[in-house]
Amino acid sequence: MKISYYPGCTLKTKAKDLDVTARLCAKALGVEMEEIENWQCCGAVYPMGTDEIATKLSAVRALDHAKHNGGKLLTLCSACHNVIKRTNEDMRSNEDIRFRANNYLKLDEPYKGETEVLHYLEMLKNVVGFDAIKKAVVKPLNRKIGAYYGCLLLRPSGVMAFDNPENPTIIEDFIRAIGGTPVTYPFRNECCGAYVALKNAELPKQKSRKVLTSAKEKGAEEVITACPLCLYNLQVNGDGILPVKYFTELLAEALGVQA
Amino acid sequence: MTKEERIENIKKLSGTDVRKCMKCGKCSGRCPAFKDMDIKPHQFVTMLGKGKLDELLACKAIWNCLSCMACVERCPRGVAPAAVVEAVRDTVVRMQGNNGIKAEEIPPIVDELIPQQLLVSAYRKYNK
Amino acid sequence: MQRIGVFICWCGSNIAATVDVVKVAEVMKNEPGVVFSANYQYMCSENGQQLIKQAIKEHNLTGIVVGSCSPRMHEATFRKTAEAAGLNPYMVEIANIREHCSWIHKDMDEATEKAIILVRTAIAKVKLNAPLTAGESPVVKRALVIGGGIAGIQAALDIADAGFEVDIVEKNATIGGRMAQLDKTFPTLDCSACILTPKMVDCAQHEKIDILSYSEVEDVKGFVGNFNVKIRRKARYVDETKCTGCKVCMDKCPSKKGLNAFNMNLNTRPAIHIPFAQAIPNVAVIDPEQCIKLKTGKCGICQKFCGVGAIDYEQKDTFIERQYGAIVVATGFKPIALDAFNEYGYADNKDVITSLELERLMNAAGPTNGVLLRPSDGTHPKVITFIQCVGSRDSSGCGKPYCSKICCMYTAKHAMLLREKYPDTEVHVFYIDVRTPGKNYDEFYRRAVEQYGVDYIKGMVGKVYNENGKLMVQGSNLIDNEQITIESDLVVLATAIEPEPSVRKVATLLTASIDTNNFLTESHAKLRPVESPTAGVYLAGVCQGPKDIPETVSQASACAAKVIGLLVKDKLKTNPCVAIPDEMMCNGCSQCANVCAYGAITYVDKEFRLGGGKTEVRRVASVNPAVCQGCGACTVTCPSGAMDLKGFSSKQIMSEVEAICKK
Repeated sequence: MKISYYPGCTLKTKAKDLDVTARLCAKALGVEMEEIENWQCCGAVYPMGTDEIATKLSAVRALDHAKHNGGKLLTLCSACHNVIKRTNEDMRSNEDIRFRANNYLKLDEPYKGETEVLHYLEMLKNVVGFDAIKKAVVKPLNRKIGAYYGCLLLRPSGVMAFDNPENPTIIEDFIRAIGGTPVTYPFRNECCGAYVALKNAELPKQKSRKVLTSAKEKGAEEVITACPLCLYNLQVNGDGILPVKYFTELLAEALGVQA
Repeated sequence: MTKEERIENIKKLSGTDVRKCMKCGKCSGRCPAFKDMDIKPHQFVTMLGKGKLDELLACKAIWNCLSCMACVERCPRGVAPAAVVEAVRDTVVRMQGNNGIKAEEIPPIVDELIPQQLLVSAYRKYNK
Repeated sequence: MQRIGVFICWCGSNIAATVDVVKVAEVMKNEPGVVFSANYQYMCSENGQQLIKQAIKEHNLTGIVVGSCSPRMHEATFRKTAEAAGLNPYMVEIANIREHCSWIHKDMDEATEKAIILVRTAIAKVKLNAPLTAGESPVVKRALVIGGGIAGIQAALDIADAGFEVDIVEKNATIGGRMAQLDKTFPTLDCSACILTPKMVDCAQHEKIDILSYSEVEDVKGFVGNFNVKIRRKARYVDETKCTGCKVCMDKCPSKKGLNAFNMNLNTRPAIHIPFAQAIPNVAVIDPEQCIKLKTGKCGICQKFCGVGAIDYEQKDTFIERQYGAIVVATGFKPIALDAFNEYGYADNKDVITSLELERLMNAAGPTNGVLLRPSDGTHPKVITFIQCVGSRDSSGCGKPYCSKICCMYTAKHAMLLREKYPDTEVHVFYIDVRTPGKNYDEFYRRAVEQYGVDYIKGMVGKVYNENGKLMVQGSNLIDNEQITIESDLVVLATAIEPEPSVRKVATLLTASIDTNNFLTESHAKLRPVESPTAGVYLAGVCQGPKDIPETVSQASACAAKVIGLLVKDKLKTNPCVAIPDEMMCNGCSQCANVCAYGAITYVDKEFRLGGGKTEVRRVASVNPAVCQGCGACTVTCPSGAMDLKGFSSKQIMSEVEAICKK
């Protein structure tokens, strides 16, 4: 099956590994990720101000495109997923934002939040199915792996509806599917602090060390994430406490697909 | 704009009802940036309610809030402290010359691994 | 020709500040049929009533309209006034110009206009009123108490002591309820079992009390004074009349892995068991989900060892039907589920427990024989942190918006007892507010702080997590404006309480109203706090709202007083505003009988003359006026318009609508 895909700025540059492995694995699992035309950067952070409209338009354009191309929009980067999913909720339930955004865009038909925003992990779980992945694995990863969710995938849970915000399980289930042993640790849903790195270099250092120390204490041998910024922060500021990889890299390894 | 109007404007921009706060402090009990917040998450809510505009606009905390939504997620009263922080920050950076990051500051601190996501989001959060 | 009198009340400034009462009274003088109209400051006062009585006599009034507060407040008052002046009480109509008018409007002109319309409407109706006479119905001199906790026990004892028969229906195998699970009770710290079990024994020994344990109310019919209740006696697989409570079966039962609900699932019990040592009745019960014999047909060990032959694997649920004059609901509470509060780590950490679990861990009859040991490793905890308001005062949708009321006091109690028993422990309490109104309550809490050195921290916990075998409790300390992390060995959650879920079914059966939090609604928050709006149904304990033991016992005794007041009467006056079918129009379709919640409508075959000496027999509706509650469901259901309600006939209602619509 084909599914409209929104890669985002970082996946075309510093996080090519995430993009490339995700596409190869999807193909191996029977899903074709069709990159949408003329996508623009989502802005990488959801603007909460109630009068913010222009900053949400690129997300709305992508959503509207997907509406006419299968009705689903696949995301991979945690930040893109957060921005696009929250903007979609605005378009669905906030009459003021919906009116003003449509007033800007002048689409043939107003966009009202019809598109379903799907994270790659949700696609693996709900479209492909973890059982199917388990069957497709050629090289089970007999390692202890810690899932790092961070903040963007989970919160605010009322809108993201991704998983239980305090006790998420989807990445753990994914780790099991690729033959690994998931290690749950209390800081897997805590923010790594990377967003303020340019203003406050110390805070992300402390937070990333805390995350990795927590994972190591509970027995993890490596940590996986879906967020390029978390990966950067945990790798650069994490003192090498544990190796950090994109979850798709491990999926590629388990499925035996070569980049 | 009078001080009262500015306060009302911040309230509107935040989209949150500060009167719903019961001052339990759960937001500050969870904030991962607590030490770096000179005004704590619960104080943003109470100070906005009391109209302490000057203190809010002058604080450092607006640059250190991670927007991680931990405070929003756990508030038992449906208040969004992070949205108040952002409304204050928006109010500050929308004033001429108040951008949080100057372009010339960037090159020295950028290493080649820094993802675009960080630069884009910093500009969006701190600058207008 | 009707001669109507109109009486407009000021209700002090309650009405007069918003409605021009003088003008309303003046306008009414010109209404057709009105021969007298007056206004007065307090129509319900002695003088006001005198004014009405005098006017009835002097002007030969045939009907009166009082423009005043809600009929729920003073309809009965003014009916009595009319009756005293020789007017049929059902010739009185109330125009509610307070709750429906002055209290909800600000503009005087608008409010006055609306008051005029409301009074006109009542005039239109009263003109069509006919004198009615209340009937009588007998009172069954027996009460039903649903729920055998401290509320039900107290109510039953008080009613029985007054000489009336009482049945306690308890869904569990023993009475005692939540209080039986508690260790000590605040504010005097007496042992809960020591003060509860004598009352349980009193119930068992009282000749007027019949305890129906392991039973549930299945169906309720009838009305105040005459409830007909069907009770399911669940199969306990043990003959209650034979079992001596020797517990040999419990020792011999090979299936010992059932979770012990009495101990909050902190340990296990055999499939056949007596819930706790002082259970009443002291009779075993078999858990059919766990019993090997009942599941596979093989075993039967308990039967072999029972010396009195009490075990009966063939037992089935049975049903009994009994009549009652009054019903007390005392269904109690349970702590809420903590699924939505994963930030406190309850699901992942055995040493994060609820306060009710702590009660069992501190109780001499509990799983640790009263020695406080951590559930995870059986060690003594040294640092214990309490978190208040877990799920209470939570309007986010995760918890309950109300204050659970008992947690501040029991947490102070727990903290104090722990420091008393284990002086080497460090005890912290995170709180939002400490709410301790009540006699000797705040003093009690202060004792925890001042005498026992309990560390109260104003702030809330954001996260509890396990690190290197310790429970890290991260929270705010608002007084010092800091974020702290307390390394703890045990974390206790003061979990919100909610009504026992079975209350929903009970409320439906009794047509008793329930609020958005599943608490039963009282008839009047201040003046009728123990009565349900459904006549003959009374409320005791947490089923009506969060409350502690002293309040529960007070409310239970108040219920008993109300029940006794009802049961001493031989007959009750019935409401004459009952349904009446027009037999000529009735086509016998049965729809009215189907909607009647009280079972007041039956069908009879009746002979009708057709003229020319011919007759025919038709099936027509017949209403039992003693059973009919005048709800009107049948009148709107009847497809042929044959059913009408006395005092609220279709004609009367239509005349009211016309009066409102007429400009």
